[in-house]
Amino acid sequence: MADLRTNFAGIKSPNPFWLASAPPTNSGAQIHKAFEAGWGGAVWKTIGAPVLNVSNRYGAWHHGRQRMLAINNVELISDRPLEVNLREIVEIKRAWPDRAVIVSAMVESKPEVWRDIIHRIEDTGADGIELNYGCPHGMSERGMGAAVGQVPEYCEQITRWVMEAAHIPVIVKLTPNVTNIVLPARAAVAAGANGLSLINTINSIVGVDLDTLELTPSIGGKGGHGGYAGPAVKPIALNMLAALGTDEIVSKSGIPISGMGGIATWEDAAEFLLLGASSLQVCTTVMHYGFRVIEDLCDGLSNWMDEKGFKTIADLTGRSLNRVSEFKNFDLSFRAVARIDAERCIKCDLCYIACNDTAHQCIDLVSPEGKVVEPSAYDVRANGKRAAAETRPRPVVREEDCVGCRLCYNVCPVDQCIEMVELPPRRGAVTWDELSQMQTPVTEDWDAMEAYREKVGIHIH
Amino acid sequence: MELAVRDVRKALAEQLPPLTPNAAAVEADRCLYCYDAPCTHACPTHINIPQFIKKIATRNLRGSAATIFASNLLGATCARVCPVEELCEGACVLGGDHKPISIGRLQRFAMDSAREHRNYPVVKAAPTGKSIAIIGSGPAGLSCAGTLALLGHTVTIFEKYEMPGGLSTYGIIALREPMEVALEEARMIEGLGVKIKAGVEIGKDISPATLQKEFDAMVLGVGLARTPGLGIAGEEVVVDGLEFIEASKVAAAKLSVGRNVIVIGAGNTAVDCATIAKRLGAERVTMVYRRTDREMSCYKHEYDFARKEGIEFHFLSQPARVVLEAGCPAGLECLRVELGAPDASGRPSPTPVKGSEFVLAADQIIKAVGQNKLTLAVLLGLKTTKGFIDVDASFQTNVAGIYAIGDCIRSTGVASTVMAVQDGKLAAAAIHQQIAKRPSPVEVK
Repeated sequence: MADLRTNFAGIKSPNPFWLASAPPTNSGAQIHKAFEAGWGGAVWKTIGAPVLNVSNRYGAWHHGRQRMLAINNVELISDRPLEVNLREIVEIKRAWPDRAVIVSAMVESKPEVWRDIIHRIEDTGADGIELNYGCPHGMSERGMGAAVGQVPEYCEQITRWVMEAAHIPVIVKLTPNVTNIVLPARAAVAAGANGLSLINTINSIVGVDLDTLELTPSIGGKGGHGGYAGPAVKPIALNMLAALGTDEIVSKSGIPISGMGGIATWEDAAEFLLLGASSLQVCTTVMHYGFRVIEDLCDGLSNWMDEKGFKTIADLTGRSLNRVSEFKNFDLSFRAVARIDAERCIKCDLCYIACNDTAHQCIDLVSPEGKVVEPSAYDVRANGKRAAAETRPRPVVREEDCVGCRLCYNVCPVDQCIEMVELPPRRGAVTWDELSQMQTPVTEDWDAMEAYREKVGIHIH
Repeated sequence: MELAVRDVRKALAEQLPPLTPNAAAVEADRCLYCYDAPCTHACPTHINIPQFIKKIATRNLRGSAATIFASNLLGATCARVCPVEELCEGACVLGGDHKPISIGRLQRFAMDSAREHRNYPVVKAAPTGKSIAIIGSGPAGLSCAGTLALLGHTVTIFEKYEMPGGLSTYGIIALREPMEVALEEARMIEGLGVKIKAGVEIGKDISPATLQKEFDAMVLGVGLARTPGLGIAGEEVVVDGLEFIEASKVAAAKLSVGRNVIVIGAGNTAVDCATIAKRLGAERVTMVYRRTDREMSCYKHEYDFARKEGIEFHFLSQPARVVLEAGCPAGLECLRVELGAPDASGRPSPTPVKGSEFVLAADQIIKAVGQNKLTLAVLLGLKTTKGFIDVDASFQTNVAGIYAIGDCIRSTGVASTVMAVQDGKLAAAAIHQQIAKRPSPVEVK
């Protein structure tokens, strides 16, 4: 049985799964219920400046029948009185000493106001503080949230104020609404933060109502950008997490990162851990299905770890970071082609049309007699399931023309039907970086490139 | 046995409920949207099925219906009566390791929506000045008429019966297709400018020669006639299967149904007759067939359906005589049959065993053993094979300008509504091409 216990900058929890600072952590009663379900920790919904909320605050992006692949919200920080939140934090921490209770905070950008909130949080017995530099709506209009996170200098300044006052671990939560996530992270590191967390929500407009022509959701006829989260943002979050894990300054500082952004399954969780997260935060899938999802998050992760021989969460953290690189370092001689398993193929021909319309035209339709045929090449009087099945051609890759783009692999609806088969390289390994250093003209001039291709045998049609 | 009208309607109400919008959306989203899809290939009319399903998924129901109509003007009937297990759904790529898409029910959903919003095809072609007479308003005739009308031709349908629709109206059990669906489809075709003259019989009310003179082309979509005779004693009390179904649709409450019913035959019509008898109160319904379940001509799903309905089967039995009591049927005397070498149909030939007579009790006997050929072909001097009208690749008979489509030409294989629809469509295209070459009798300036 894998050991899921987590120690994040001194904050301990029985498993790496914390509820993110969001609606699910709005009250003591909710967090109590979540801890009963098995959550390892919770980041209390941001407390701080006084706010008022609106109705129709959550929008969502659905695809097909799959609901809520992403949620979008214009909810602000906690609208419950500060005193009520602080009292409930005390009660929760007292009732659940083994769980991580972290309090998210956001106040006006003044040192004394920050000092005051930090002290009040510390008085509750909470295990840590998360600085909300990410809220992209409402609060940012008032100079808080993303307005801080988007300016590394502000980020550093406020973190310094906090670090001077704090005695418990402080986590800086970063906004993804920046061009380079590394800069605010470095600012937090410079200010002495104990941990980082990312990503907060992404600026988004979720849609337009085609009857009213208003934005969805419509708040009395108006709408605006909200914070986007959920399964659809996972790849963006993974990229930003990896960017921190591979940044020299951030990684050398050794400060842990709490990963979040679209974690819905234990598989997502494992990926975040492998790319450098030491703890995980979850929100949208809980808002979709409730606290009960924690059971499979832990169970699935634990089973997978057992299968792979990982004993602890620390064993996993960052294990795939050495695989993160850049295009310039990829081996240009690496060669793979698609191969379609005729036994598994159901002949939906989605690979054929994707390849022929939009990729490299290297999948043929081959009749049962072995002839390359055109689609819809049947007589208008032909009919019946037998005629359709018996004469239906199957898609076959012309490997000599396949560039290994992997589009067909991605569109195929059958598991393990299309395989990307690695073939021996036809020329010596070389990266773009090496090429540009050793044969500079090839990377700058088309004639030189043509000559190079001719020499090494690269033919692009 | 008397049943209230309400109960009869309930007993024969459309078997499958319409899909709810949500169920349709869930099912539509499950479709993989295959390219050059096998369902489209398997459909005799080659409806672009993935496209109409995709349009249901995107809530473009108007476009979904238009996609169906583009290949099949009788989509509402076909959605209900097609043997989808043998056609589109049977070819679905998802059938291999899980459930095929419910194409028939999705098509019905799109067609119901078209009907509700009157999103029907409209004629955009300029009038050609050519006129075509179509004999028979069954699926073949309506399909042909509608296609020709969309091409700009003037079309008149002559229908022998009071109501249009042919077998869709009169011959398909109501639980599969309510009469109203077929009648609405005929109204849609009329909406394209097609005139339907009902209650007019060729050779009786109007001569073929007149039609040949007045129209640029003539299309026979006359179907087949009533059930042939069994050639057994007491046959006069045996009910014709098609008339039995017709009565169940036109005036079900007045339909007389026995307590102990025997249906002779094992095709789809026989199953429909047995189902009607069972649903309308017969205590026991037995289908009598001279071969076995392996040779039955009904679809497998029809056989399964019949068994679920509690219908019994008596195989290897050849009817020999109706046992009468006071002029009423009391039973069916049969001979036991042994199967021999394959006959012309490729099925083992049944040989009655002498002296093996036995009697099955029955107070009503219905026969559904195929259909006779109509005599119209003879009247018109058309070449036939075993009574089926001979046509060339463009559905033209041996007489120039006379075409034939549907069941009346289908001498081999299984005849079905959707094949008749395709005939109508292809014949219309052929006629359009051929009469366009001839000078128009009307000067268009």
